[in-house]
Amino acid sequence: MEKVGVFLCTGCGIGSALDCSKLQEVASEAEAAHFATHDCLCGKEGRALIDRAIAEGTVDAVLLAACSQREKAEVFQFDRTRVAAERLALREQVVWSHPAGEEDTQMLAEDLMRMWLARLQRESLASPLEEQIEPAVLVVGGGLAGLTAALAASGLGHPVILVEREERLGGHLADVKEVHPEHPPYDELQPNPLPEKLAAVEADDNIEVLTGCRVEKIGGQPGQFEITLATAGGQQQRRAGAIIQATGAHPYDASRLEHLGYGRSPDVVTAPQLEQMLAAGKLARPSDGRRPDNIVFVQCAGSRDPEHLPYCSSECCLTTLKQVAQVGRDFPDSRCLVVYRDLRAPGQFEHFYRAVQEKSRAAFTRGLVERVDTGGQHLQVFYQDQLLNEPGMLEADLVVLATGMVPNSADGEAIREVIDAQARIDKNESEKQVQDAQKIVDELGHHRGTEILNLEYRQGPDLPVLRYGFPDSHYICFPYETRRTGIYVAGALHAPMDYSQALEDGWGAALKAVQSISLAGEGQAVHPRAGDISIADFFLQRCTQCKRCTEECPFGTLNEDEKGTPQYNPLRCRRCGICLGACPERIISFPEYSVDSVASMIKAIEVPDEDEEKPRVIAFLCENDALPALDEAAARGLKWNPWVRVIPVRCLGAVNTVWIADALSRGIDGVMLIGCPSGDDYQCHYIRGSELAKTRMSNVQETLERLTLESERVLVEECSRHEWRKVVELIEKFAETIDEVGANPYKGF
Amino acid sequence: MNTTDKPLLVLGAGIAGITAALEAAEAGGEVLLVEREPYLGGRVARNHLYFPKLCPPLCGLEINLQRLQRNPRIRVLTSTSLVAAERSGSGWRVVLESRPAWIRDNCTACGECARVCQTTVPDPFNLGMNQVKAVRLPHAAAWPHRYILDHDACSPEELEAIRRACPVDAVDLQAQPTRQELEVTAVIVATGWQPYSPARLDNLGAGQLPDVISNVQMERMAAPGGPTDGHIKRLSDGQPPQRVAFVQCAGSRDVNHLPYCSGVCCLASLKQALYVKEQLPDCQVDIYYIDRRALGRNEDVLTRVEATEGVRLVKGKVGEIKPAADGKLSLRLEDVEAGRLVDASADLVVLATGMVPNLAVDGLPLEIPLDDDGFARDDESARIFAAGVARRPEEVAASTRDATGAAAKALVAARRA
Repeated sequence: MEKVGVFLCTGCGIGSALDCSKLQEVASEAEAAHFATHDCLCGKEGRALIDRAIAEGTVDAVLLAACSQREKAEVFQFDRTRVAAERLALREQVVWSHPAGEEDTQMLAEDLMRMWLARLQRESLASPLEEQIEPAVLVVGGGLAGLTAALAASGLGHPVILVEREERLGGHLADVKEVHPEHPPYDELQPNPLPEKLAAVEADDNIEVLTGCRVEKIGGQPGQFEITLATAGGQQQRRAGAIIQATGAHPYDASRLEHLGYGRSPDVVTAPQLEQMLAAGKLARPSDGRRPDNIVFVQCAGSRDPEHLPYCSSECCLTTLKQVAQVGRDFPDSRCLVVYRDLRAPGQFEHFYRAVQEKSRAAFTRGLVERVDTGGQHLQVFYQDQLLNEPGMLEADLVVLATGMVPNSADGEAIREVIDAQARIDKNESEKQVQDAQKIVDELGHHRGTEILNLEYRQGPDLPVLRYGFPDSHYICFPYETRRTGIYVAGALHAPMDYSQALEDGWGAALKAVQSISLAGEGQAVHPRAGDISIADFFLQRCTQCKRCTEECPFGTLNEDEKGTPQYNPLRCRRCGICLGACPERIISFPEYSVDSVASMIKAIEVPDEDEEKPRVIAFLCENDALPALDEAAARGLKWNPWVRVIPVRCLGAVNTVWIADALSRGIDGVMLIGCPSGDDYQCHYIRGSELAKTRMSNVQETLERLTLESERVLVEECSRHEWRKVVELIEKFAETIDEVGANPYKGF
Repeated sequence: MNTTDKPLLVLGAGIAGITAALEAAEAGGEVLLVEREPYLGGRVARNHLYFPKLCPPLCGLEINLQRLQRNPRIRVLTSTSLVAAERSGSGWRVVLESRPAWIRDNCTACGECARVCQTTVPDPFNLGMNQVKAVRLPHAAAWPHRYILDHDACSPEELEAIRRACPVDAVDLQAQPTRQELEVTAVIVATGWQPYSPARLDNLGAGQLPDVISNVQMERMAAPGGPTDGHIKRLSDGQPPQRVAFVQCAGSRDVNHLPYCSGVCCLASLKQALYVKEQLPDCQVDIYYIDRRALGRNEDVLTRVEATEGVRLVKGKVGEIKPAADGKLSLRLEDVEAGRLVDASADLVVLATGMVPNLAVDGLPLEIPLDDDGFARDDESARIFAAGVARRPEEVAASTRDATGAAAKALVAARRA
């Protein structure tokens, strides 16, 4: 930007703690186009002062030297197509956290002034995308969640294409007559809600239903997905703006539960098998057609078991209670015995559990079933009574295994790994490479052929999954987010859930799909940066096809051409900046966040000579966690070392290592990066940013060796949003380390 | 999406209400988000960590509050309640009343007012476990990031001093309650819950024995910056406990109290057992339960706790807690299946008290179909939709899903003439 105006707020103690006329001099030396102060910049007058300068054309960018970017955000909104704007957090990072009137405090403020001015001078205005956006929603899977999602999206005014691989809609509920109660008073069985949904879908002209249909190919990006469908009648092409995957779950493979008698006796059946009998009104032993006197239900058959499914499938206890209620009502001579570890009827389903206990003759025993013997006249269920800690045995005519649910997902990343490994084998460049690749193929090869969405994405044809195969990405706070923009999940694929939750889940997924279409139409990013209208610029002439950006983008934004040049799909982009952090050639930029603009901040820091004994440290802080934690620390009155200059970043993954090299070669004594916890329970809103930052540090260590600098000068740390004390401790400790290590010998070069 | 100028009304700005408001607004809907407290975040703002990931609620709230501040389609009213509502056309005409805003929205949270304030009051955010100044931030990370004033707690002289201390003239001692009447297209009820009243659990010593605390108190105790600055200790003598007992289903799954299962207390206790073990590795933890209801991926927390040395999971319902002669607490368990009574000891007891929907206690001037327990049902024809624990007892992950769904239902309803 050419005309950066500085608006210095002197309120909140800033004016009395700092020499503001000196700050004005610094701004003027740094070629600020305008300088104004106000004692309450966030008030009406303050904002008017800024607006006047913009309207008069005095400034095209505003630097608000005031409080943190997280404060008064509603007051400091600007039209980013006309004005660039940044905050310099003098309040939190200088006056609240450092003693007033001291030389070091003033130096910190002046450095930050230079840094942010340099940054803004290298920013540019955003120009939003204006693309033709397709309003249709593709729903893959016609079970209860998919049907609900289709109806909801249609209700929101969007055309829907509903595809189902089976010949009929309905999924697992198609064979079910009654369900556990979702309506008050929650004590009676309810009719299956599916027929009502089916009728509504059939009656909805806005929903196109394709059964016996698979997705052959999906190309493009949100708002512009190009879809190829395979049906009995041949290929069909469709366009959609967003996708909902509701491919459900399948029962855990009971043939792996041989110890429970499955496959050894026909009278050991799974819950879905019993369901079919009950729906047909016929309760009979498969072996001899006789009605069973005693039915033993074995809960957690394959669930909550590290050998099988480590998680709880959530609906099996409820299904068993329902089946017990049905048997008790329709076949009162057959007695049900339920062996369970914990009877999981959460919330209002407790009413149903109580009603079943009161109304039926069923017995409930707490125990862990160890084996089912099938040799004798009766089936024998051996269990360990967990209460009395002694073995027990029940005789049964029919054993029902309450098998768990396995999500019908395809591990897109694993499939991609296999494809890449196969390519390396075919290339046959070295024996070692082929061996390593073969290992991957052996280990992950079984994922081939499981493809569902067949996305034409460089990072694989399906959604990446979390542990246990569920394809969501932030399941507590942002449950519909996945790692592919514009593609959402619903139903039992999403998380283990019962039918009543799947009914709700379809609604939520539909809203997210419609929302992504709406935001694409407005040229905006989706979660978590809705409202951001900037897009990345790739200066491809300088690209070396290293593929780091295409591999590291957490959202599969980038495809590659044959040479490996990245192909940017802006509507898939979440604007995290991880590609920018990955690029060794520094060719990726956002209008207000680029390698160059942040590098200019680093260059703007005045580095005192070694004999002044004022080391300089840069701290890159994730703006979602570490930065808010630091703001909170400042508000609570914590102080930290005045040598430290904070640079907020979108994500730790959006830190380019060239910044670290720049800093160290300019005589900055240490660089620290603080991001959020990584690993399976990561807190990163961009999934892998923190983790990537750590792996990239190996490159930095090489730089350090080349410069013959101590490895302690660069540090990556983790800090959660609530750890306001820790963030200060980390900074303090690092400053101490740097003091011990001594001055950077590159000072003055 | 087509929008009308009339907004969708979201009542309650806990995690469900915030989610419903944001998801509707980012889909193009106009939203009015109304919260009776002076800050957003509801119950989750008071939680130290979420299960099953043991990650801080403030992390997701941070993102949500940034989204909210950036979104011009959401208007937020805090310290505001619904006082009347009537059908109007296909939507509603509602009357909202805001409590006197002694501190206006130009407050910069500079803290000058608190410097001159001497009066302290029990801190409602920390459930009264500590004292705070009468003028303060509701809590350190509160949004709106604006001070609040306990007007009635201060003398006229002190109020005047507070007013004068404000450099931006944000203190308005003449403030009056304000009312506004407006039309909305549909209503999402996300009014949340409150813990089951300890007064009704006197057999468990709730509210009488200082070392019998509730699970919500435990959350505050474990939080850095909380009433004990993150230290888990006995409130009677300030000592770290050597044996902590978690009493599950304290008032839940009991026809004499709450007949339903509150859905979250098992996980809350498992999580809190890990708080204790992390801070006090030598402390023995006993969890007394009926069933360990850790559904779905939450099973991971149970697995982790079972693998933790010094944690015992004991099946049994605690019927009575009394002080013991040695300063500890004596627990009497009804071992339901074995049909016997067992005695146990602890020096800190955490009652896993259940969730009561606020609707069942405070009601709303809006005809909402409720079940017998006070949980709300959707009323599509009246365009009222429920989300979060107002709808059913459930965890955060389910609340955020349901809230997104409720936003969809409300927007669909609003599209109909």
